Amino acid sequence: MSPRLSGDNLFKTLTALLAVSAAAILMITAYELFVGSLPVLQKFGIYFFTGTKWNPVQTMVNPEIYGALPYLLGTLVTSAIALLIGVPLSIGIAIFLVEMAPRTLRVSVSYLVDMLAAVPSVIYGLWGYFVLRFWLLDYVEIPLSRYLGWIPIFGGTPQGLDVLNGGVILAIMIIPTVSSISREVIQAVPNSIREGAYSIGATKWEVIRNWVLSYGRSGIFGAVILGLGRAVGETMAVTMVIGNTIGPSAIPTSLFKPSQTMASLIANNFLEATPGTLELSAYIGIGLFLLLLSLSINVIAQVMVTRVLKVKGGAVE
Amino acid sequence: MTSYTYRKFKNKLFLALSLGCVIIAAVPLLSILIEVILKGAPELSIKFLTQTGGVIGSSDAGGIGPAIQGTLILIGLTCLISMPFGVMSGIFLAEHGNNKYTSAYAAWMRIFNNALTGVPSIVVGITVFAVVVLTLGHYSPLAGAVALSFIAIPIVARTTEESLKLVPNSVREASLALGVRNWRTTVSVVLPDARKGLVTGALLATARIAGETAPLLMTILGGQYFSQGFGQPMDALPLRIYRDAFLPYSNFQAQAWGAALFLILIVLSLNIGVRAASSGWLRK
Amino acid sequence: MNYKIVIAIAAIVVIVAGVAGYAYLSSSGKSSSSPTPTTITLTGAGATFPYPLLSVMISHYHDQNSSVQVSYQSIGSGGGISDLESKLVDFAASDAPLGPADMAKAPGALHIPETIGAVTIAYNLPGISTGLHLTGKVIADIFAGTVTMWNDPEIQNLNTNTTLPAKSITTIHRSDGSGTTFIFTGYLSVSSPAWNETIGQGKTVSWPVGLGASGNTGVAEDVNNTQYTIGYVELAYALQNAMTVAAVQNPTGNWILPSLSTIQLAVQVGASSGLPAGNQSWTNVSLVNANDPQAYPIVSFTYLLVYQELNVVPGMSQSKATALVQFLWWVVQPNGGQQYSSGLEYVPLPTNVVQIDEATIQSITFNGQHLPTS
Repeated sequence: MSPRLSGDNLFKTLTALLAVSAAAILMITAYELFVGSLPVLQKFGIYFFTGTKWNPVQTMVNPEIYGALPYLLGTLVTSAIALLIGVPLSIGIAIFLVEMAPRTLRVSVSYLVDMLAAVPSVIYGLWGYFVLRFWLLDYVEIPLSRYLGWIPIFGGTPQGLDVLNGGVILAIMIIPTVSSISREVIQAVPNSIREGAYSIGATKWEVIRNWVLSYGRSGIFGAVILGLGRAVGETMAVTMVIGNTIGPSAIPTSLFKPSQTMASLIANNFLEATPGTLELSAYIGIGLFLLLLSLSINVIAQVMVTRVLKVKGGAVE
Repeated sequence: MTSYTYRKFKNKLFLALSLGCVIIAAVPLLSILIEVILKGAPELSIKFLTQTGGVIGSSDAGGIGPAIQGTLILIGLTCLISMPFGVMSGIFLAEHGNNKYTSAYAAWMRIFNNALTGVPSIVVGITVFAVVVLTLGHYSPLAGAVALSFIAIPIVARTTEESLKLVPNSVREASLALGVRNWRTTVSVVLPDARKGLVTGALLATARIAGETAPLLMTILGGQYFSQGFGQPMDALPLRIYRDAFLPYSNFQAQAWGAALFLILIVLSLNIGVRAASSGWLRK
Repeated sequence: MNYKIVIAIAAIVVIVAGVAGYAYLSSSGKSSSSPTPTTITLTGAGATFPYPLLSVMISHYHDQNSSVQVSYQSIGSGGGISDLESKLVDFAASDAPLGPADMAKAPGALHIPETIGAVTIAYNLPGISTGLHLTGKVIADIFAGTVTMWNDPEIQNLNTNTTLPAKSITTIHRSDGSGTTFIFTGYLSVSSPAWNETIGQGKTVSWPVGLGASGNTGVAEDVNNTQYTIGYVELAYALQNAMTVAAVQNPTGNWILPSLSTIQLAVQVGASSGLPAGNQSWTNVSLVNANDPQAYPIVSFTYLLVYQELNVVPGMSQSKATALVQFLWWVVQPNGGQQYSSGLEYVPLPTNVVQIDEATIQSITFNGQHLPTS
């Protein structure tokens, strides 16, 4: 058999070709989204990203117009709440797992974290709508509104389906991602650093805070960014608890205001836009916006995390 | 209080807080499991698992048979599509990625693979709607499977690559030394050695896609009857949960919880399977 | 040859899924049917407004014609119209008639009104029973956000023998494109010049305040679950969930609760003459504010939409087209689908409308051939 056509080369070529699947899928996605959103971007230009009105049905009173800013804000606010609540919890869990837990507890706690990751998003939404909502309303929102309602961030009448609910659910959903990567980062900190710190009399917490965490700081930051990426892209759980408002009333001026994220807007309304219309183009435009946002967040995060963690290679004996 | 006592106190405090974080994280999980079990368990019955849904508003809510069938069909189709692409990609990245001719290409493919895991599932739904549903002219289980494959392929590729890399080089070298061709080495020697990792990857991807709802919204639409083939819309468990949960009829809502319990059981057992497979693999 | 194990695992997964699939298909149970070549599935999508009635009708039709399965996805009028325009479904349902833009995108589409329902104003006020007095203008002010408290004088003055609570009003509207919204905002536009100028009528509008919920079912669910809310839902949902609804003032000044009789009066007045043919525009047909002392003011037709020439729908065949025509014919017959209407408080089609529908259905063709209706 000639060297060119050897089984080896055929196999290598075959696998090389199929390896392009992920890239091809990304290209197709980007292409469809770009092409699909051209109409709305051409018509509204920068307004699409900075405007707040959203009106798919042309009437005598209101022209058809699409501005995605409220949904970007909804996405950012819910993600910010998710990070504020979820990141400290995740780092605490990571610290517990690496520095504190005895071996048996370590296994059960990591099972727990895995199970959090396993729960499908629609079930988080179900729980958020029927359970968390009333719990948040009674123990958090109503008291805060009664005593601190004069602060704008706690303003408005709380009824449970709002950015706070969305943010809390997202916080729970990002815990597995952020904590497992933080755990790997903390584990990757060389023991010599810890030993050096202990040897000068530092307490365990001081070692963690001043030496371990600062050594792994960029990796943990990468974990946080990855968690942000997860929060930004999450759809179903948020859709079920965020209140689904449209246009300027979707701007989250308070924790207790119902809002809309880019992902939930698409989930709620995509089906009713007819292909070939400006309306469908608007939803695809939101999809494009969302894609660009998540991709950039993810790429930044991957770069930061891989710089810190050692890449696993083939074991050499 | 001396500075030393204060430091000791701070130490205990923050370590206790770390434990507290674990407990706080456990609360929602327990709450979800308890709610789903309490509200969903009474629904489980053979009738529930095999019948179609009833007339809305009536006292007989029927069952979720079509939804279960739909999820199984989607899992089967998705595996069929994503395993070949994913495993072959993983093989390429692991076996040939270090060669000086292909390493740049492999590095880029790896970057794209990782990037794809960050694409939100709703965006995948939009893309597949445009590419498959509009081309076919109707909603179809095939569209749903393609969308889920977009999500599954990078997962399978990555776990395949990682598990192949864990196979010691000595195994490869031994096989080559015996005169076995490169590709044959990969296929007959390395792959089987990594089979537990491959199974783990398949189970992980399946667990992930079984619970995905967003891409299904605009690809399979949903349905009331058992699937009649690729030409019709179809139902699936996560979609059924999403639709039934907001029906203002208590017997239909109860169905949503029953379906949620069934879905969680499937996903959790797949995850336990992953755990079992991977720990067996590590001990090997 | 150990790599076969990997292939074997994949094959097993596929086989299991396939076997499970067919096991379910052939399992006995209500409404299941084996995939014989003669089973015809018709796919429809659209409005949630008639969904309770369509659900009952479809179930009974299947009992009588076991080889025909009608699958209806209640995704909202907007979704139905969109699917019709993309020809992704065999028929659509919508409470909003096709406007000029939609007619252009769905050339040759026919309107077949299949029933008549009412938009009720449902609220959740602890201790306050059905029959709160509300006028169109006050409702418009509530949903526009200009009236924000339940004990606002505008509301209290209409209800002097009830003490309203000093609580904020949370309005619930539709988050999806909805024919019910179309009817409701149409009513608000004629009741309040301010509403007409700033927000107007549409399947989706820019609600200044309130929560969005998906489908008539979602709105009903949200109102049921949250105190001090007010929302608009079709009558069947309000009844099936024992919701408290408002008595809305009609043009003659009476406070009318929605019921079969008060809706029927609106139909008698508004639908007795002047209705277009199935292939014309229905945008000027309105049963809102019918001129009868006892008529409920927010009443509407809801339409099944289908193409006059069915071969434009991909996947349509002679047998499917025939099945569709026969199903539609049965739906509009008094001793067919219409017999189930009153049980759910939908008004059965009056005779003149049945006749218009019959003519419309008889005009449906496949490849130019008319189809038998029975």
